Amino acid sequence: MASNGIRDRVAIVGMGCTAFGEHWDKGPEDLLVDAAQEAYRSAGVDGEQVDAYWLGTMGSGTSGLMLSEALKLPYKPVTRIENMCATGSEAMRNAAYAVASGAYDLVMAIGVEKLKDSGYSGLVITSPPNDGTRSNMTAPAMFALLAPAYAKKYGVDEEQLKQVLARIAWKNHRNGAKNPKAQFRKEVPIEAICKSPAVAGMLGVFDCSGVSDGAAAAILCRAEDAHKYSKHPIFIKALSFAAGPAHGYYSQDYDFTTFPEVVASAQDAYHQAGVKDPREEISMAEVHDCFTPTELVLMEDMGFSARGQAWKDVLDGRFDGDGPQPINPDGGLKSFGHPIGASGLRMMYEMWLQLRGEAGPRQIKNPKVGMTHNLGGAPGRCVSFVSVVGV
Amino acid sequence: MAGIVRYGSYVPYFRLTRAAIGAGKGERAVASFDEDAVSMAVEAGRDAVRGGVAVDAILFATLSPAYAEKLDTATIQAALDLPETVSSAALGGSSRMGLAALLLGLDLAAAGKRALVCASDLVIGGPGGGRESEGGDAAAAFVTGPDSEAIARVLGRASATIEILDAWRLPEDRFPRQWEERFTAEMMGPAIVDAARRALQAGGVDPSTLTTVILDGTNPRAMAGLPKALGLKPEQIADTLAASVGRAGCAHAGLLLARALDGARPGDRILVVCEADGADALVLEVTDAITRLPPVRKVDRWIAAKRNDLPYNTYLKWRGILPFEPPRRPDPERPAAPPMRRHERWKLAFVGSRCAKCHAGHLPPQRVCVKCGAVDQMRDERFADTSCQVATYTLDHLAYSLQPPVVAAFVDYEGGGRFACELTDVDPKEVAIGNHLEMTFRRLFTVQGVHNYFWKARPGR
Repeated sequence: MASNGIRDRVAIVGMGCTAFGEHWDKGPEDLLVDAAQEAYRSAGVDGEQVDAYWLGTMGSGTSGLMLSEALKLPYKPVTRIENMCATGSEAMRNAAYAVASGAYDLVMAIGVEKLKDSGYSGLVITSPPNDGTRSNMTAPAMFALLAPAYAKKYGVDEEQLKQVLARIAWKNHRNGAKNPKAQFRKEVPIEAICKSPAVAGMLGVFDCSGVSDGAAAAILCRAEDAHKYSKHPIFIKALSFAAGPAHGYYSQDYDFTTFPEVVASAQDAYHQAGVKDPREEISMAEVHDCFTPTELVLMEDMGFSARGQAWKDVLDGRFDGDGPQPINPDGGLKSFGHPIGASGLRMMYEMWLQLRGEAGPRQIKNPKVGMTHNLGGAPGRCVSFVSVVGV
Repeated sequence: MAGIVRYGSYVPYFRLTRAAIGAGKGERAVASFDEDAVSMAVEAGRDAVRGGVAVDAILFATLSPAYAEKLDTATIQAALDLPETVSSAALGGSSRMGLAALLLGLDLAAAGKRALVCASDLVIGGPGGGRESEGGDAAAAFVTGPDSEAIARVLGRASATIEILDAWRLPEDRFPRQWEERFTAEMMGPAIVDAARRALQAGGVDPSTLTTVILDGTNPRAMAGLPKALGLKPEQIADTLAASVGRAGCAHAGLLLARALDGARPGDRILVVCEADGADALVLEVTDAITRLPPVRKVDRWIAAKRNDLPYNTYLKWRGILPFEPPRRPDPERPAAPPMRRHERWKLAFVGSRCAKCHAGHLPPQRVCVKCGAVDQMRDERFADTSCQVATYTLDHLAYSLQPPVVAAFVDYEGGGRFACELTDVDPKEVAIGNHLEMTFRRLFTVQGVHNYFWKARPGR
């Protein structure tokens, strides 16, 4: 994969993130105002000073007007972005390139989703007019396919795998319990996770990310300008994105134990950032734990665990909040919640807090290099975003 | 003269026991929530036209059409991948129309045209009534053609059309009504015997030489006098499948005829009599050609491959009789006419594509090969009859379905190709990776008055 990257050329100088959860009293526009105001304050700027905006939302609104009207922006360029569950990251990636190119000096990436107004369980996605032949599998069912495939390939007993998956949910709930902005701020015992009502395949309710409302925003500028706005900016080392050809939906050689899109985007990001050994060099990561088996497989696709070994690393506590390589220290999609368009920026918000030493009770000791990973679609057919950030 | 050159049958997977309704012994066949008269006609028709049997016309008889306005035979034509140049005709209004359609198909054959005759019915009666417990759901299909190719040729036939208030239903009514059986039995009995006699005389057939006599009608009492009147022995009379299938409306006479053909030998003579608003009678003689017929799935095999623990309330829910709490998921989206038309051979005939360069299979058909990247080098390939198996699967408790959980699977096809689809007629506990599957034509759902037909996979039956 060919990319030049923009290593250390762009900085994040301000961020904001609403609490995620059931905001019955707030619409998507309110959430945008909250996240934007927090980000402005964080960078010490106002809306007038930001030259251009990228708005990510999967389905809570359309066009740049959703943001410019909510914030009453005075005739600024606002680009609306959609790339499934990787929408928030994609808004940030494009905003970063805009300042790197020199086209603008100061930009905002902001993502929002309002999921709890639908009245339905789980995620609801409407399709364009179609021929009625697309599978109606729900998101948990699609990701549930990973579990038995992984168990079979690596000779893990399904009962043991259930424990591994529960351990991932337990860990993310434990992290979220220390996060005042998380949707679920409660530790959940392993036994309760294992006994939760079935949703799809091996997955119970506790294996699924939180359906929630929320918004998050970042303000970016070129590295040389960073200290004009922030004493402690963070710097983008790599941004990578891969959209797959849906190979796994057509070809029998795809076995549902990996995301080739993630492998491709992670390798590209490591190349851009100069990371040789991600297991040793990456201090922490926010990854797309939409369902527990996803996080398990991601550990291998991103090179944090050897193939077939992630389940052991999970049980060993390697990825715990106080482990050697914390994964989803803010609680992840599981516990922080997953308002689609906001999630990628929420992941970056945790990097922002951790790298600046502002993560409170869940602060990781001396983190050097952080990663965010954001995925949209399903095993066999997805898009994947990876970033590497540091100070 | 003319005859039947090919045939097929279909009995759905589910049975409702009469014990579950509180209505005596035996069980009735029940179309699943994703089936209707059209999808069942397609299932029966697949054996009849397998291997590219050419037909000029499609005749479809049912009392339970999928649409009050919109041609069901067009769906059958498309699903069986028959040419658009076929003519179409639909018959209904009486359960005799299945056999009547076969007679009409034989007339077309005599005039040099081959016809695919499909008879299919999903029989719904008012809860607690005789039609509900004694009815059944099934389909039969025949291809009629010239004498020279016939597996069973016509020896004689006769008809009677009689105005009588026997069984009736207004277009806007859900359930039929029926007059006192004793009255119609007495009135119709002589007409049935007369039609049978005339058909036998036309063929110069002595009743004692008949191998099988099929008696089907709205009123079993009306048929009761015929064996005695013709001097038939009990072993000549075919089982009506009342205990295992129930009377499948328009499809029933054809289903019983298909079952007779399943076990027929050259020289066998078959009399079929169907009573409803009069009677039709047909006398056939089985020819040597039956020994050269490609394998056909037998009626008894369909009957044996079943599941009979369907709860009565589930049955009522499937038929839309019992209101129920919908799942907390959005209703399915209505499919749109232009994409359905563009993708018609994919959607209805299950035609995918195969790369001419590297032979990778693609479902749905693609322009760019997923394996070698060749552009516009595809040829069409129909996967409806391709052997396939479970690559991986999951039970989806969240997806919208009238029979949760949805069993969602990735299906791998012999020769290459993969598709994500729903399994049907399946016990979730029995699904395993590597299980053999076959494709089946289904009505996935109906929304805003539009039926969404497509294919699912089912364990081999």
